[in-house]
Amino acid sequence: MSLAELGQILLYLAVLILCAKPLGSYMAAVYEGATPRAVRWLQPVERLLYRLAGIRSDEEMNWKRYALAMLYFHLVGFVFLYGLQRVQAHLPLNPTDMPAVSPDSSFNTSVSFVTNTNWQGYGGETTMSYFTQMAGLTVQNFVSAAGGMAILVALIRGFVRRQTTAIGNYWVDLTRSTLYILLPLSVILALVLVSQGVVQTLKPYAKATLLQPTSYEQPKVDATGNPIKDANCQSVTEKLTLNEQTIAVGPAASQIAIKQLGTNGGGFFNANSSHPFENPTPLSNFLQMLSILLIPADLCYTFGVMIKDTRQGWALLAAMYIVLLAGLALCLYSEYHRQSKLVDVGVPIAGQVDGNMEGKEVRFGTANSALWAVTTTAASNGSVNSMHDSYMPLGGLVPMVMMQLGEVIFGGVGSGLYGMLVFVLVTVFIAGLMVGRTPEYLGKKIEAFEMKMSSIAVLAPCICVLVGTAIAVMTVQVNASMSNPLPHGFSQVLYAFSSASNNNGSAFGGFGGNNVTMNLLLGLVMLMGRFWVKIPVLALAGSLAAKKYVPVSAGTLPTHTPLFVGLVISIVLIVGALTFVPALALGPIAEHVGLFAAAR
Amino acid sequence: MDDGRFNQDSSIPMPTGADATKSRPLFDAAIVTPAIWESFRKLNPRHQVRNPVMFVVCIGAAMTTLLWIQSLFGHGEAAPSFILSVSIWLWFTVLFANFAEAMAEGRGKAQAETLKRSRRSIIAKVILDEKYTSAKGKPSSSMSDGQVAPYNSLDLRKGMIVLVEAGEFIPLDGEVISGVASVDESAVTGESAPVIRESGGDRSAVTGGTRVLSDWLVIRITSNPGESFIDRMIALVEGAQRQKTPNEIALNILLAAMTIIFLVAVATLLPFSLFTVRNIGHGEVITVTVLVALLVCLIPTTIGGLLSAIGIAGMDRMIRANVIAMSGRAVEAAGDVDTLLLDKTGTITLGNRQATDFLPAPGVSTDELADAAQLASLADETPEGRSIVVLAKQKFAMRGRDVHELGGHFVPFTAQTRMSGVDLNGSQIRKGAADSIEKFVQAKGGVFAAAIRTMVESIARSGGTPLVVARDDKALGVVHLKDIVKGGIRERFAQLRQMGIKTIMITGDNPLTAASIAAEAGVDDFLAEATPEAKLKLIRENQAGGRLVAMCGDGTNDAPALAQADVAVAMNTGTQAAKEAGNMVDLDSNPTKLIEVVEIGKQLLITRGALTTFSIANDISKYFAIIPAAFIGTYPALGALNVMRLATPQSAILSAVIFIALIIVILIPLALRGVKYRPAKASALLTRNLGIYAVGGLIVPFFGIKLIDLFLVAMRLA
Repeated sequence: MSLAELGQILLYLAVLILCAKPLGSYMAAVYEGATPRAVRWLQPVERLLYRLAGIRSDEEMNWKRYALAMLYFHLVGFVFLYGLQRVQAHLPLNPTDMPAVSPDSSFNTSVSFVTNTNWQGYGGETTMSYFTQMAGLTVQNFVSAAGGMAILVALIRGFVRRQTTAIGNYWVDLTRSTLYILLPLSVILALVLVSQGVVQTLKPYAKATLLQPTSYEQPKVDATGNPIKDANCQSVTEKLTLNEQTIAVGPAASQIAIKQLGTNGGGFFNANSSHPFENPTPLSNFLQMLSILLIPADLCYTFGVMIKDTRQGWALLAAMYIVLLAGLALCLYSEYHRQSKLVDVGVPIAGQVDGNMEGKEVRFGTANSALWAVTTTAASNGSVNSMHDSYMPLGGLVPMVMMQLGEVIFGGVGSGLYGMLVFVLVTVFIAGLMVGRTPEYLGKKIEAFEMKMSSIAVLAPCICVLVGTAIAVMTVQVNASMSNPLPHGFSQVLYAFSSASNNNGSAFGGFGGNNVTMNLLLGLVMLMGRFWVKIPVLALAGSLAAKKYVPVSAGTLPTHTPLFVGLVISIVLIVGALTFVPALALGPIAEHVGLFAAAR
Repeated sequence: MDDGRFNQDSSIPMPTGADATKSRPLFDAAIVTPAIWESFRKLNPRHQVRNPVMFVVCIGAAMTTLLWIQSLFGHGEAAPSFILSVSIWLWFTVLFANFAEAMAEGRGKAQAETLKRSRRSIIAKVILDEKYTSAKGKPSSSMSDGQVAPYNSLDLRKGMIVLVEAGEFIPLDGEVISGVASVDESAVTGESAPVIRESGGDRSAVTGGTRVLSDWLVIRITSNPGESFIDRMIALVEGAQRQKTPNEIALNILLAAMTIIFLVAVATLLPFSLFTVRNIGHGEVITVTVLVALLVCLIPTTIGGLLSAIGIAGMDRMIRANVIAMSGRAVEAAGDVDTLLLDKTGTITLGNRQATDFLPAPGVSTDELADAAQLASLADETPEGRSIVVLAKQKFAMRGRDVHELGGHFVPFTAQTRMSGVDLNGSQIRKGAADSIEKFVQAKGGVFAAAIRTMVESIARSGGTPLVVARDDKALGVVHLKDIVKGGIRERFAQLRQMGIKTIMITGDNPLTAASIAAEAGVDDFLAEATPEAKLKLIRENQAGGRLVAMCGDGTNDAPALAQADVAVAMNTGTQAAKEAGNMVDLDSNPTKLIEVVEIGKQLLITRGALTTFSIANDISKYFAIIPAAFIGTYPALGALNVMRLATPQSAILSAVIFIALIIVILIPLALRGVKYRPAKASALLTRNLGIYAVGGLIVPFFGIKLIDLFLVAMRLA
């Protein structure tokens, strides 16, 4: 790795920290009802929205009503998005005449965008009309992110408030998150991205005549999209010649800005942010990476401001940073050093001197690709600028583990921090006992109900990943579509379920993800991974808000110290990672030890 | 609260079971032997299901047993000897956990046995006709005249009326409806000095199993046999009524959640392994025996097995401190207490004021004053009087004399005169409060010196009590009486402050005196001129601020405050009302015990946290033992993870399982005794306990498993 690349990484990490305080305080002001001056001119819009929807913005909800409002909102969003895909052929803004999306793919995609996962079983430019992209997917990019932030704010209110059942108004939190935080930031980012060459147009796809016609063999597919195989189980191919190339364009910049800021990650194009129209320059790459972690990181500061103890926010941010850095270090080590080891022992890897460049874009290089891979999986973003499938075994293990930790290392906007707070409660429970008091966090006693809800929130994604993978590997369809030998093939399935269950959305690819079984199974784990965490977190918020405040004394466990940060990290690693060690042993770990044993 | 109401003397030998358990070694044969039998009896699934972690181990043990039987018929998934070894050690794990619980219960039972001895069946004299009790006099106790009938105490029922005479035992708890008697309650309290019980007022409650020493009592029985105070105490210490405490429930939920996570992680390994073997075309599918072994190693077996023992042992430590906690919940709450209400007298200061100085009036020598003061106090048996005699002896070598030998006549203190003294050789020596002595001197025609008034005021301001001494018409000077703050109490409060506990002194003194003593003792706050209402208000205020309040009390007027406090220790010398209102009873009736109670509560929680941490930290090493062993057949390269270089896959798995079983036994003493607790700040406690139990939990199993593996290989067992 060159000094310049190291410098870029350090610059990235520094800029991220520098943003925490200004944006963190801004968001705190938004949630505490004090609209910041910069966006005060939008207040009439906010009021108009409430009037149109018949919402009384001063009316607060208890946690059950809040949860019902949340579920109702996402159900409507799901139905709308599903319908949109099914009838897109008859809707405007469809210059390339996209047909209706298949029912299972529509289901999968709707769930995926409603749950802020943005798992894409489809290819954007070959499936979705402009209208579906804009009115369907982009809208969900905004509101699924705002939905996560609303839940976080409700939980923070649970800590702040005393002996009340009210944890806020879902509609207000949703509206304010979108209107005052996500929209302004997206507009700014979209404009900068356009300046870098990201496309933003409603014109139909461009056609270009090739200077040199190209012939290639393409596997034949049957009606359901599965490859046709002959008697020897080899794919049947047909020879095609190409004289003309279609260049897909569209309203990309506006969707990409929120895709990164809202930790959505669903690309406009199939190649996501490795596509030159989505991510053309090093600067656009830097800004997109920054927006991936921007809001999740800064919400830590917002949390600190709202509970009136910013040290607590910094402590959580520190815990996230440390795990991120450790993951990044392992990924870089693997992509550079382990890769060069392979070259040393004579594995034929042609002309790759700058780390493992397979599946990476030359304009980004290994370091910026690895940094993106780690940040996009640390946050539940899932957009990619390189193919994670092509990483070294340990390099690919890092993104997988980042997701398996429950997407709490930065995680999704809102959802990352509320997930982290659940882990903090578990940590406080164990550590608190060791100081001889029944545990408390931020002056709230952590009792049986909190442990029950925290346990459900921690358990749900873990179970989804493991059980989902187990069912998938037992199905014929998945076994048949496996394109890689073991153990890498197993890693691909495990990665897919880790990604979906934790609402990340990135993929190893490599096996047929777009079939009925996988679409339904992945859709199901996305739903469970999202709502089996959201609902217990809201229950936590309700129960915490109803509690009395226990004043802090010398006998209270301090939760802002380096020791506590270390403890939180340990608990996240132990609960999150130990669960997956046996499965990982059969995937990337076996691949790694096998690779180097063979090389030796 | 009145000064000196508490009985300070806790040095009296304890005939209760407490004493016996105190000196009992941890592994007493009398406890161990029944505990071993009990651990088998506890294999009953209905008992096991209450503990989710151990229930999973139990099912695992049963499954491997069935697999072993299957393997005997030649269809086994592995060698029968291997399956059998795993199965046996899983059963041992369950048995060891049962043993830990049985040991903890056994110690309580030993205490209960001694209590039970006081619950004997006796013949009670039941008064059949209530009209005989309406007469003020003692009813006839002759059985022949039909007024009373003999009843076995076990046949008595609530509401019956019995006559108990000198030398007889009171058959059951009751209320005195007529008569006055001195009663020996040492069987319950360990206090050998008899107490007076009489009808009406604060002293009408009598406890079954105690003995009337003099006179007689007519008692209305208030409890049926088996429901008395002693019965309840026995049930509590035996753990029969043991319910899980709130924190224990919360921890159980967390442990259950971890068990579920690992259950899923292990169960899904079977399809993963099937898939791998099918696609790779060689190797063996992981066996159910190995999966069960892996599961038991990963779930928090250590804390799961010891959890209930820790809780019971916490109650037991209270009992050894001679405090009976009415529930485990109260013991837990004690650890959380952040405000202590402490009575000044007996807790912060020695029982009584003591003379510390003689301040003579102008023109009077100190010797003269000391002599007069001593003479006035010779026959005064109050602690204050005695302290004057002692001070004169120490300061001026004046030996105590007998007033009657000197021909003097003692004048005792009365509420009217508010003076005491002696009439000797025609002169009247008096000591008393400044205003009464002033009246006395002026009545004799003398002048009360202004200098004395100044001295009186300055003593009062400093928190002391001035006592003026006069001989006839002359005021000789002032004796400075002072509350003596107990040695070491200041340091104790400093420790409490470090632990984040606020101390509030409660006293009937005026604010001036109270402030001075509070400053000297180093308490954080005080409540002067305390009334029961003021106390209740103070508790409510603190609780409204989110604090948990502990206090102790003994009188009926303390009952509302005791009921309001989160941790309320009732003195055993106190009234039934106080005991009912509190959630602990201190058999020694020692108010300082409150601090000890808090420490025991904290120790209980720390022990739970420490063993949970240890248990979770253990998991890391077990992965390194079992994962390579489980998959080496499929991916030989995974042998690189076998960092402990364990001999064979079988020995690796067996060593890990044996470690699990043995670590429970090794930790039983820790669970029963509790983690060592030193008062310190939370951050210091956390650093220390993490250093020991987290780091230890990470490292110890690596060595433990390796050693067991070496042993197994050396013995050719694997």
